[in-house]
Amino acid sequence: MFNQQISYKFDEWETLHLLAHYLPHQNPLKDFVHHNTLGAYQELSFHKAMQKATTIFGYKTYMNLDEYRKEYEAGKINPKILQRVIIEHQGFDHWETWQEKLLHQSYQESWEGRVGRLHQLWTSTHHLNIEKEEHNILFRLISNYIDQGITIKKFPIHQDGFLASIRDLEKNSYFKIFKSPRVDYLLFKEGASLKDLLDILIGSEEWYEQYLFDQQFAHPGWSGMVAVLEHHPETLLDTRKISLREFIFVELLLEIDALDRKFGNGKWQPLGRYIPEDTPRLFGEIPQTEIFEVYAIWQESMEWTLYDQVLRGLQLQKTDSIEKPTFQALFCMDDREGSIRRYIEKYANAQTFGTPGFFNLDFYYQPEGGKFYTKSCPAPMTPQYLVKETDIKNKHHTKDLHFSKHSKNMAGGLISSQTFGFWSAIRLAWSIFKPTETPAMVSSFKHMDKDSTLHYECTHETQEIVDGLQVGYTLSEMIDRMEGLLKSIGLTKYFSEIVYLVGHGASSVNNTHYAGYDCGACSGRAGSVNARVAAFILNKAEVRAGLRERNIFIPDTTHFVAALRDTTRDEIIFFDEELISLDCKNAHEENKKAFTIAHQHNAKERSRRFLLTNSKDTPEKVHKKVKLRAMSLFEPRPEWNHASNALCIVGRRESNKHLFLDRRSFLNSYDYTQDIDGTYLLGILDAVAPVAGGINLEYYFSKVDNHKLGAGSKLPHNVVGLVGVANGLDGDLRTGLPAQMLNIHDSLRLLVVVEHYPEVVQAILQKNPKTYEWFANNWVNLVVIHPETKELFRFEGAKWLNYKPITQEIPVFENLEDVLACSCDNMPISIFS
Amino acid sequence: MSYVNYMPLIFLLSPLAAFFIILLAKEHQESLISKITYYSTLLVLLSIAYFIVHWLLLEQAKMIFLPYFHIYESEAYQFTMDLYFDKIVAVYLLVGMLLIFLIVKYSTYYMHLEKGYRRFFAVMVFFIFSYNLTIMAGNFETLFVGWEMLGISSFLLRGFYRERYLPIKNAVKVFSIYRIGDIGIILAMWASHHLWFESVSFLKLQNYELVELHLAEKPLLFLFVSVMLLVAAAAKSGQFPFSSWVPRAMEGPTPSSAIFYGSLSIHLGVFLLLRTHLFWSHILAAKIIIAFVGAFTALSAYFISQAQATIKTQVAYASITQIGLMFVEIALGWYDIVLIHFVGNAFLRTYQLLISPSVVAYLIREQFYNFTPPQQEKRYIFGKRIAFSLYSLSLLEFNLDNFMSQWVFMPFKKIGSRLNFLSPSNILYFFVPMYAIGIIALFMENYMPLWLHNSLPIIFASIALLMVMKGFSERRYPRLAWLLLMLQHFWIALAVSHNEHFDFSEVIWYLSGVLVAGIFGFVVLQKLRKKEPKHYNLYSYHGHAYEHSGLATLFFLAALGLMGFPISSTFIGEDLIFSHIHEHQVLLAFILSACFVIEGIAIIRIYARLFLGRHSKAYHETPLQSS
Repeated sequence: MFNQQISYKFDEWETLHLLAHYLPHQNPLKDFVHHNTLGAYQELSFHKAMQKATTIFGYKTYMNLDEYRKEYEAGKINPKILQRVIIEHQGFDHWETWQEKLLHQSYQESWEGRVGRLHQLWTSTHHLNIEKEEHNILFRLISNYIDQGITIKKFPIHQDGFLASIRDLEKNSYFKIFKSPRVDYLLFKEGASLKDLLDILIGSEEWYEQYLFDQQFAHPGWSGMVAVLEHHPETLLDTRKISLREFIFVELLLEIDALDRKFGNGKWQPLGRYIPEDTPRLFGEIPQTEIFEVYAIWQESMEWTLYDQVLRGLQLQKTDSIEKPTFQALFCMDDREGSIRRYIEKYANAQTFGTPGFFNLDFYYQPEGGKFYTKSCPAPMTPQYLVKETDIKNKHHTKDLHFSKHSKNMAGGLISSQTFGFWSAIRLAWSIFKPTETPAMVSSFKHMDKDSTLHYECTHETQEIVDGLQVGYTLSEMIDRMEGLLKSIGLTKYFSEIVYLVGHGASSVNNTHYAGYDCGACSGRAGSVNARVAAFILNKAEVRAGLRERNIFIPDTTHFVAALRDTTRDEIIFFDEELISLDCKNAHEENKKAFTIAHQHNAKERSRRFLLTNSKDTPEKVHKKVKLRAMSLFEPRPEWNHASNALCIVGRRESNKHLFLDRRSFLNSYDYTQDIDGTYLLGILDAVAPVAGGINLEYYFSKVDNHKLGAGSKLPHNVVGLVGVANGLDGDLRTGLPAQMLNIHDSLRLLVVVEHYPEVVQAILQKNPKTYEWFANNWVNLVVIHPETKELFRFEGAKWLNYKPITQEIPVFENLEDVLACSCDNMPISIFS
Repeated sequence: MSYVNYMPLIFLLSPLAAFFIILLAKEHQESLISKITYYSTLLVLLSIAYFIVHWLLLEQAKMIFLPYFHIYESEAYQFTMDLYFDKIVAVYLLVGMLLIFLIVKYSTYYMHLEKGYRRFFAVMVFFIFSYNLTIMAGNFETLFVGWEMLGISSFLLRGFYRERYLPIKNAVKVFSIYRIGDIGIILAMWASHHLWFESVSFLKLQNYELVELHLAEKPLLFLFVSVMLLVAAAAKSGQFPFSSWVPRAMEGPTPSSAIFYGSLSIHLGVFLLLRTHLFWSHILAAKIIIAFVGAFTALSAYFISQAQATIKTQVAYASITQIGLMFVEIALGWYDIVLIHFVGNAFLRTYQLLISPSVVAYLIREQFYNFTPPQQEKRYIFGKRIAFSLYSLSLLEFNLDNFMSQWVFMPFKKIGSRLNFLSPSNILYFFVPMYAIGIIALFMENYMPLWLHNSLPIIFASIALLMVMKGFSERRYPRLAWLLLMLQHFWIALAVSHNEHFDFSEVIWYLSGVLVAGIFGFVVLQKLRKKEPKHYNLYSYHGHAYEHSGLATLFFLAALGLMGFPISSTFIGEDLIFSHIHEHQVLLAFILSACFVIEGIAIIRIYARLFLGRHSKAYHETPLQSS
């Protein structure tokens, strides 16, 4: 690498582009959506990408060697699987030496990256902790500029953007932010480029790009936020114009200012001359190291120990013949819905389906009184439709004096501290000993008013276009979407009298990451609007007629009922029950009872993971305690959200119905017999990879490196400008998930199991290059199970391999619920009856 | 009132007992730890309630003075621990314990599975002990004991996340400012010794004639004491120019920030002024100064809070604004109103901080339903330039943070770094001969010209101060810094010995603690150096507590001992020393208290840099400096 003659000419545009590529892509809190934290490396195979990310940016990408070894000793890694993985990686001849290496050899582990070394030089050469000097001011400027509602006196925003605003502020203020006259001049200099500033600061062009990386990756949170806002200003309600270039420009000025302040105007040497020759180039060659092979083997062994049991379990499943179910219910494919489906099936003898919770309806939703629209479909989609809510009975937003701005000014504070200050004490005591709903709470049931009217229909008379969006769907658009929904899950005939469409959402209080708890397929919102619109549409005679032409036969007696399930409180509400015909009313009332019982049992099952709750109590009692969590100020874990997710099964429910997956699996219903050419399967995989894969990998990385890729402990978090959280007052924005979401999570990649003929899957997989990348580079593992022979084929390094499980027997439980109450750990994959 | 008389002991012993039990518990015994904390707190709360009812009904809410221990006694000097109970104490105790009780319950769930669960609750009960002691203190000495313990416990809670850089940096920073406040109390103690010729109890201040008499005699000394008290109060309550520490202290888990900086710690300055108002309220100048500081703080903190984009910072400044107003109320003599104001503000801010994470969901919803686009052209009442200047100024917190480091700490650092020729190997070559000369001079007193004799204390004290400064600025050799900080006490002892006859037993009191703690700490440093030769200096934080938590604890104890924390005899020794400084030797008193203050900061910094912060080894995940 040293004899390569590379010219490091600084290209501003290219560097900015590269920076934006590698910086975290996390949205402001209100639009928090799970995504692959290291998505920037996705063009590489997983293990290569991990090594690259570690070597360059110092991210910890695997568990420590010791931790793997402990898992092995605890029996959580199967020795036979380990052996097989070693052979796969190193060949049969070397497996014993490698086993020795894995189990006993000591390695120098280091999670130190190349980034940051230039920036650190300021401390050793100039005795100036430059980050300490400038971060504080930079973060204040940017957070006040972006702020969405915390500041009472607003930043004087100039329409031309961040830099223009700072110029405006500096020009009109007697009190200067930049103390050095030289910096003041540079700030206003026409056409000043980043290079001009770097010439002063560094002086050796070959290092400019690397220096900017060092500088920006010292606070990836804010830089990433700026990069996101530059391209997606709509993620803020009160939009701001800003670019990464302006942000870096200001930071460079602050650095020059800090140096000038310390040494005097220009009386210091640029950093370039102090940079040692042998400083590694950021994107220079990445040496192969044995330790990363060791990590890769351990990681795969740990993953396949679980996968192997699951696959064997799927092979052992006997496909039930469909009896006539009491009712049918569509749930979200979300991993949290797995257990409630199990209980519904058990206590109501119902048939359940899993599908992305937006029910194939892409639209923006505007609640009554809302000044904006919120997206109600997966984040990557850009809908052309709007659904409006009117005639609400209960207001969406109630006031709480404790958030009032008056309590923070002088006279207001004087009055409020002497009046409702005392009320606070009572509120505080009350909220600790008797948690109740407050206006501060986020409740999924409030997303849409239960009794409101939704405008989802677009006819000739009512046609309306708002902001380029069509209000509601036309008849043919409705039919298209419902055909897609029903065919993808294979529900085209044998409809029962009542079919429930169950969206889901979550409730919590004091939770800055609340958006991550709601339905991911609805862009972090509750799925109630989608469920309700879908039910309305499916109940329309014209739609059913249209569907009949497309071979979907919904009998006239069938009624669709929308519902919303709260995953935190384990409660469900049903919408538009007055529309249910008299014939079905009784059945519906019976079903509701079954839902209640199922929810109680579900709460009990979940409670085994909540250490402070006694899950051996009766389901009713446990359910009450579980409900309280959603309203408790002091509860940092209202629910476990997606923690422990590791699987995604795409196939008929009958072929996994009796497999106990411990809420670890996304379950997407799919009937291969009705989709022989795999058209709908492609659609499903296009959604599964980024949504389930994104969730899974965000959990993975937040868990293995909670400091750099996760948000750390949430207990000290401080809310910044309503867009993010930081530690203390002068910290960077934290990206990723807080530690409190991860305690019970094992960092395993997702295994997607598809039930279909391997040749079909093979044929469709390459059709969408973006989806293909996820599987071919093993960011998500893929196994196809042959529906008839139950043979397994895994997709490894873009090749198909036959797979034979090592596990032969898996445990069988007669009474699952008794077993569950006794353990708070991950349960083995098992079969229950 | 017989048995009731002893009840205040429960307020102190219950948390103290809980503290020791928690230390014996294991980290994973969460329910044991939280239960002990919960019940000991409940016990204190109930007994306080009972005591107050009793006191209201049977004692007609009169002042009660409860002398308890004589720690040290000689002819000229006595060190007593006294307790005291009146209206102010009743309000502060009741509100304090009520809030602590709620927070303890809150934290039981909130802290679940957090690394450092035991540490959190141990510090919490220690805080309760020190808070109650401070509030019930019957004289300056007792108050100071509690005051120091409060300082340490809040340092530990701020630095709770010890593996990150910012909490530790800020914890040290806030500790420094607390320490400046301590100067105020020490000097006030010293001066009041000369006013009353004994350690004066707060009860005696009730005696108006006595106060009047002394005031007429020594008005300047009175004013001096008042200003010193104000410095202490302002530092503790985040008043101008110390305001910037308050938001920086909010680095611990939210409930601890809420109770420390939202409600209790931050109102202790107000408490100090209330407690001593009988003293300074006779002086108009003092009242004017207090009112001015309060008013200016209220105004500046108001503007700052309006321009903050982080919720905790905003609440912090809003709270400071109210405390500024309380200072004004105190200056005006509205003591009862201040108490009501304190209670309301404490509850309000605690609750606002606790629900601060909810602000995201709440305000985004509010924005969603009530947003009005900002107007392009704004009107400015006093003109755009004034408005923008004020905005810049408020955005950067009136530059108060820079002000403190630039004007208070920088000079010490600069002087200290002039002494770079010293190293661990040659320090004794300088120290031993010079000290020998000093001791010889002690025996040659009678042969010396008077001017020389009179200036010797100042000279020796200055040498001590120089050593402290060097210890403060030393970066390369931790042991050198430690030695300097230890040896400076010998110079102080020498300085005071030259000042007047200084009993040998008093020297023992003073230096024994120093020696024991000093040598102990030195050995720990030696050990650490052997174990971690590559990560052993004070240039940056090393986070050795991650691997050497045992050494970290031992060194922390040594550090406490050396800085005269009330677990070592040095604490009383320091008080003794001050009693030997004459009334006219303000300069000497200043130098000695400067030694005391900077020494504490330097010691805590050695501890922080070696044992806290980001771990310098990279074989596990470490956070960025900016987190």
